[in-house]
Amino acid sequence: MTSLPTTIQDVFNEPGCARNASKSRVERKNGCTKQLKPGGAAGGCAFDGAKVALQPFTDVAHLVHGPIACEGNSWDNRGSVSSGSDLWRRSFTTDMSETDIVFGGEKRLYRAVKEITEKYDPQAIFVYQTCVPAMIGDDIDMVCKAASAKFGKPVIPINSPGFVGSKNLGNKLAGEALLEHVIGTGEPDYTTPYDVNIIGEYNLSGELWQVKPLLDELGIRILSCISGDGKYREVAYSHRAKAAMMVCSRAMINVARKMRQRYGIPFFEGSFYGIEDTSDSLRQIARMLIESGAPAELMERTQALIAREETKAWAAIERFKPRFAGKRVVLITGGVKSWSMVAALQEAGLEIVGTSVKKSTKKDKERIKELMGQEAYMIEDMSPREIYKMLKDAKADIMLSGGKSQFVALKAAMPWLDINQERCHAYMGYVGILKLMEEIEKALYSPIWDQLRQGAPWDEFDRKPQGRTVAQMNAQAANPVRDPSRNGVRAISFSNQAEASERESAIAAHGPKLAEPNTPCTSSSGRCIACRDIPSDLQPPALQAAE
Amino acid sequence: MAIVTTSKKACSVNPLKMSQPIGGSFAFMGLRGAMPLLHGPQGCASFGLTLFVRHFNEAVPMQTTAMSEVATVLGGHENLEQAILNIYNRAEPEIIGINSTGVTETNGDDVEAFIRLIRQKHPQLEKLPLVYVSTPDFKDAFQDGWGKTVARMIEVLVAPFDPARPRDASRVNVLPGCHLTPGDLDELRTIFEDFGLKPSFLPDLAGSLDGHIPDEFTPTTIGGIGVDEIATMGQVAWTIAIGAQMRRAAETMQVRTGAPFRLFERLCGLIPNDDFMAFLSQITGRSVPSKYRRQRGQLADAMLDAHFHIGGRKLAIGAEPDLLFDLSNSLHEMGAQVTAAVTTTNSPVLQRVRTENVLIGDLEDLEELARSRDCDLLMSHSHGRQAASRLNIPFFRVGFPMFDRVGAAHLTTVGYRGTRDLIFDIANLIITDRELNHGPTPDTWRSTNSDLQVVSPGLH
Ligand code: SF4
Repeated sequence: MTSLPTTIQDVFNEPGCARNASKSRVERKNGCTKQLKPGGAAGGCAFDGAKVALQPFTDVAHLVHGPIACEGNSWDNRGSVSSGSDLWRRSFTTDMSETDIVFGGEKRLYRAVKEITEKYDPQAIFVYQTCVPAMIGDDIDMVCKAASAKFGKPVIPINSPGFVGSKNLGNKLAGEALLEHVIGTGEPDYTTPYDVNIIGEYNLSGELWQVKPLLDELGIRILSCISGDGKYREVAYSHRAKAAMMVCSRAMINVARKMRQRYGIPFFEGSFYGIEDTSDSLRQIARMLIESGAPAELMERTQALIAREETKAWAAIERFKPRFAGKRVVLITGGVKSWSMVAALQEAGLEIVGTSVKKSTKKDKERIKELMGQEAYMIEDMSPREIYKMLKDAKADIMLSGGKSQFVALKAAMPWLDINQERCHAYMGYVGILKLMEEIEKALYSPIWDQLRQGAPWDEFDRKPQGRTVAQMNAQAANPVRDPSRNGVRAISFSNQAEASERESAIAAHGPKLAEPNTPCTSSSGRCIACRDIPSDLQPPALQAAE
Repeated sequence: MAIVTTSKKACSVNPLKMSQPIGGSFAFMGLRGAMPLLHGPQGCASFGLTLFVRHFNEAVPMQTTAMSEVATVLGGHENLEQAILNIYNRAEPEIIGINSTGVTETNGDDVEAFIRLIRQKHPQLEKLPLVYVSTPDFKDAFQDGWGKTVARMIEVLVAPFDPARPRDASRVNVLPGCHLTPGDLDELRTIFEDFGLKPSFLPDLAGSLDGHIPDEFTPTTIGGIGVDEIATMGQVAWTIAIGAQMRRAAETMQVRTGAPFRLFERLCGLIPNDDFMAFLSQITGRSVPSKYRRQRGQLADAMLDAHFHIGGRKLAIGAEPDLLFDLSNSLHEMGAQVTAAVTTTNSPVLQRVRTENVLIGDLEDLEELARSRDCDLLMSHSHGRQAASRLNIPFFRVGFPMFDRVGAAHLTTVGYRGTRDLIFDIANLIITDRELNHGPTPDTWRSTNSDLQVVSPGLH
């Protein structure tokens, strides 16, 4: 059994990671996560990462050992979907109390495993270590081993106390736990030359099911998906696969690489986002299976399927072209996703004006340049203020990003679409890309934008010198203590109501349209909200955690 | 009289409870220009942040001292110092509110001492209020964190009563529990103002998390009560606390400023609002405005209309103590039976919940109780949705977090009007359920008499 520090060092030393391979030895030792700045921004912890990576195993009880903070504040926050058991959606935690901190939480943990076994009889129990029990020295490896022997059921320790590092590190620690305790411990009923593993895919919003029918049609069997809609038994025998695909996120690269090393399972990194990437991935899977002994005719069938599906998909995209002409997109996301959808978006007539490359590798960046030209605007690490400015300066008409940065766009009255984990739509494969187009169209053409950008009828009056004075007087009269210039919400003045209502009736008399915007600086962002200057020193840290 | 018991399970399944430190951070969010800072590893703040963002659909300020494993061994002084300086320089807050976490409490960080040292070293921080509250994760729950934090705000931020200045008879302090939404606070503010009072809400989430579109980005909270206003809270005539969790804060205010307080344990329902109105009328010497006489009539009518539907329902409620107390008693007063009640932490009000027993436990307990006692409506925060769907009974979302519906900030249950709306919403939910799931079929009454279920009369 390896200790946690050794495991972490080992994970940092990941040769399968292109980014890591380009670092010096010293740099590598520091790990792939930069030390977080106190008072900077709060990203997820290692425990978060481990739980995210493993929770989509559906028939496993996920038991979080720690005080209520870690699980009570966070459970049920991901949209993975299961085709069978719903056990994974239940939340289990030891909810450690003060007494446990003083006397140690191992006994409680053992009893918790016992209760779960008796009540829910799961295929396996994953036990997650968190900060506080790690500090007081609870030995979860030992407890798991004892419980496993006693209850005759796999009880797997996941050593992932939050304070050892970032969410990304946690993903990898989860992978290590699988490698050490699960993979290779079972055997499938039968194998076929068409067995593949899919690694690093979480079946969010059921996305995997957008692709699975294609594989089914080709006779390719997903032997194990780690971890979307996964079952414990499937991971245990996943070492019997003939090839593997690492989907998108590099979170579990260590699993893919070590499985190649240990069991000779070749893998490639691919994506099911976008038409061409989906086709590429299907081809790659077929090629690898053939190299591992599947009949060569698989490739012909794959090509035929691709040809059929692509024709359908490109034809379906046609209808968006007139709607998307001249519309510009900014993509704020990570890694492979920063380019994998680009081709399809471009094909539909959208112009990509910028893409984030925060978590991308050199290879990713080359792909971006290939697709978007040398001029491609790559966003290294943008603060929300800068993103906001970009939107405001009409550099884009819509932003695609993860949920944490949504307010940058929405509060600027700009269309926004969630393409990360919390979204409620599935965008994979040939079907998914069309869904994405539909959603973009809906967002771009929502009738709300025009209304929101108009501003209130009294705004214009307030901006005139005379209006400002009245507003100021009013604000002072209403609230002598507060200084409205600081941090407060700008007081909307209802002053001069006679004027305002006069104006309203005048407007009504001349038709429903309100006054023309005086200086519409962009076609996309309105004058009232978006044009206001933001002091350059403001950096909303709360928003910085954007993926 | 309810008997209060605590679950004996080693494993909490589907927790109802959330941790104390984020309850504390939540309180700081009701202050203008505030930055809540969790002293702990990054994950704790990240989870809290996500929770609030999902509930309010708003950008939420929240920071962390980002304690790493090494920092934990060495103690958190340096991280705290860096965090405060970074926030000070980048966000220009009017106040930083610090809550400890399980990690820093286990470590035994003496944060008050750290703060003194940091202030000595960095004179530029002299004027910046730094309020620290000890809130270990392994004790108590969300509402305790809120209550403790408000009490601490009063200790640190309210200036002692200045006898040289007269009390302002038109001012009142309002100390709302964390179970009140921004919508509730707006409703209360209107009521106070209609009586000619100027209320100071501490904290004031209505100013910060009510879902408006601000004109500019601020890294800290927007709206909320200002530190300057808090300082003057000692000069008021009365303090009004809402929810038993605020008793400590109200007492602190009284000790510090001599202002008398009145605690309203609940503000949902006819009788509690009658008391409230009578009290306001008494302290202001004004008669109850006709608006509220009318609203009272509307509530009375709503109760008449809805009692056919709500009466006799067997409710399962999972909520923090004050919310549980308020809801269960109001619905009991509508003729419902609170048949299963689960809560998160101890409180003096629990014994007075109108049910047989209250369990300090989790949503698994609630689900089991609801199943065995045949409940036909479940009420809890959004996490209860799984239980309700397994039980196949209607589900009313109430409390925090409410992450799978929009508009959580505006759900209003206080006042005559809030009570009226709540009663209508619940009655309509029950009517819909009856239409969808309980329509008669040719077989409905085919069973023999021996199958008739007898409800224990003791439950009423
Ligand atoms: S940082 Fe540690 S204590 Fe905080 S949520 Fe993560 S595992 Fe739990």
